[in-house]
Amino acid sequence: MQMERFRYDNAIVRNFIVASILWGTVGFLVGLWVALELIFPQLNFELPFLTFGRLRALHTNAVIFAFVGNAMFGGIYYSLQRLLKARMASDLLSAIHFWGWQLIIVAAAITLPMGITSSKEYAELEWPIDIAIALVWVAFGVNMISTIIKRRERHLYVAIWFYIATFVTVAVLHIFNSLELPVSLFKSYSVYAGVQDALVQWWYGHNAVAFFLTTPILGLMYYFLPKAANRPVYSYRLSIIHFWALIFLYIWAGPHHLLYSALPDWAQSLGTVFSVMLIAPSWGGMINGLLTLRGAWDKVRESVVLKFFVVSVTAYGMSTFEGPMLSLKNINAIAHFTDWIPAHVHIGTLGWNGFLIFGMIYWLMPKIYRTSLFSDKMANAHFWIGTLGILFWALPMYVAGFTQSLMWKDFNPDGTLAYGNFLETVTQLIPMYALRALGGTLYIVGMVLLIINVVRTVRSGELLREEEAEAPALERAYAGHKGEHWHRWIERKPLQMTFWSLVVILIGGIIEIVPTILIKSNIPTIASVKPYTALELEGRDIYIREGCNACHSQMVRPFRSEVVRYDPVHQQYSMAGEYVYDHPHLWGSKRTGPDLHREGGKYPHSWHYNHMWDPTSMSPGSLMPRYTWLYSANGRDASLNTSLTEKKLKAMVQLGVPYTEEYIANWEEELNMQAKSIADELNKDPNIKVQPREEIVALIAYLQRLGTDIKKEPALALNQP
Amino acid sequence: MMKYAKASMETIAGIEIFPLISLGIFFAFFLAVGWYVLRADKRHFRKMSEMPIDANETTHS
Repeated sequence: MQMERFRYDNAIVRNFIVASILWGTVGFLVGLWVALELIFPQLNFELPFLTFGRLRALHTNAVIFAFVGNAMFGGIYYSLQRLLKARMASDLLSAIHFWGWQLIIVAAAITLPMGITSSKEYAELEWPIDIAIALVWVAFGVNMISTIIKRRERHLYVAIWFYIATFVTVAVLHIFNSLELPVSLFKSYSVYAGVQDALVQWWYGHNAVAFFLTTPILGLMYYFLPKAANRPVYSYRLSIIHFWALIFLYIWAGPHHLLYSALPDWAQSLGTVFSVMLIAPSWGGMINGLLTLRGAWDKVRESVVLKFFVVSVTAYGMSTFEGPMLSLKNINAIAHFTDWIPAHVHIGTLGWNGFLIFGMIYWLMPKIYRTSLFSDKMANAHFWIGTLGILFWALPMYVAGFTQSLMWKDFNPDGTLAYGNFLETVTQLIPMYALRALGGTLYIVGMVLLIINVVRTVRSGELLREEEAEAPALERAYAGHKGEHWHRWIERKPLQMTFWSLVVILIGGIIEIVPTILIKSNIPTIASVKPYTALELEGRDIYIREGCNACHSQMVRPFRSEVVRYDPVHQQYSMAGEYVYDHPHLWGSKRTGPDLHREGGKYPHSWHYNHMWDPTSMSPGSLMPRYTWLYSANGRDASLNTSLTEKKLKAMVQLGVPYTEEYIANWEEELNMQAKSIADELNKDPNIKVQPREEIVALIAYLQRLGTDIKKEPALALNQP
Repeated sequence: MMKYAKASMETIAGIEIFPLISLGIFFAFFLAVGWYVLRADKRHFRKMSEMPIDANETTHS
């Protein structure tokens, strides 16, 4: 059989790994900074771009797409070439993928602190960057699939199936979640509203975890774990079931992020059922990973790479047990909106993603640099410090989550809330937040050790940019053999594999989303709910710009503890029909501060005015930062920018919001009138001097509107005292 | 855009059956894959599972 000679491209692998280390460090440091801001709110130095609401998105995007993203591409480019016995199909596409991805990261690092955001979690980037992501993603996919087509290995190893599913699903998720109507280069509105927007968002959000942070990493696990242990995976059979069951089930689970929300009940239940079923394939995968080491556990003592892998896979098992548990309505009722969720997420990211990546880097960098790791001891120190870091991060946050939830739900014997002031439930958590910051610091110390170790390793060797290899060419006329099973046929056919993966994930996506979008009865309309005024719309955009939804939810769940706290007069929980004009929805996923959906009319304008200027003046001990840049004071001009207002109103009309032509023609007059009435009211206070056109006025207009429409609805005011 | 999609498809009758259909599809698929992996040739699986380890042999340093 004729052997063909070719070369593996190691330079692209190196580039992605270096980028991952670099951006990872930045992402971790931003994470630590925002963690510290929750202890010392003055750390924003009253600068908008250093404030929690804006930096939180930068942190999540940096660690997900820059740290994990780059490492995953590096690992894929390394393993894919070797599993297929072929060089990447196009060096140009590899380069476009690499540099394109880095440019997107730079764009994110600039725009997010500037407050340019769509506000949709893990998809905050604005539409031009969304388009760039789609293009670069396609470059990656075309490069990968072309490589698969020109391979020299007939069958596709299971890791490659996971890579294919990753490519296909992320493409679908990204496109559908990012459908938005541009207003300007840096501003757009989601085409979906309210409940539908939330459903699409969490269909995306959950599957970003599934198909960006899980399936590609599982592919890497199936390659690098056997490689590092030098033994095949425990059960290839199990890996096949793992793959199909996982991609089939994951796509359905999104609605578990919206339990007890205004989402229709059937969709919530569907999310719960599929989430619980997910334990089976997830644990199948974990067991498969750990049992690969059966009879070889002595190697774990000696190999730091295996140590990282074992903790990583164990963290995967813990997260994937916890996830389905959190999807049960009774547990979700306790955990949702609390610090339990960040704890759960960080077991996955710090443990499962981070440690698998660190293990892979320690294994891979010496290989492509033709040398050995500079210091095993230092890597071992990283392992232990990092493990402690994870524990110090997560354990206090579990305690914080339970504490918060129990305090929210605690009633006095006379039926009043034991902790009626939300702030009491926050100040209680500050010691836990401090411990969490310590955990983050430890994790970063580990990262610094990795950087030193990698730099010294790289210096001691030389990058083998082009690695010589040879393999026999693939027979073109292969016809399979008699009685061959259909699945083996698929394993040989990359395009069919891609197609069936797409079909499998689309079934879940379509059945989950289409009915909610199509069936009017799922979202009962409420006649008294009217579109926002021009001023309120501008205020809402300020709310989005500042990332208020990072800490404040707008979803009063149907619990006595919530309706009593947030709507003491009418005791009405949030209804789907209240959000029909919310492009995008702002339900939030975490309550570091109280829910705001019934905020309108709760306090006088002056309370909000003073509170946003200095939250501790109204709520001593508050963790909320000051938002002084919303005020024209101390020489700063905070005039409301209304250059886009008309365009925004027209965009909303295109999306189905019923502004009349007359309103759009007279928007400025209406805006001025409303702004003036708020400013006049504020200026009655001798300590306040405000112009109607300041940003703070628009924000107050929006906050005072929240949840007031429903109170005008006689049929719904059931619980009126 | 969603407006047009909505208008043309709002009339789907009995859409409530979607979740049941999906559950059915899932179980049928799962049974098929399960049936396959239990019956399939073990030698093929052994060969497949050794691929990451084999791949090393093609390299020349």
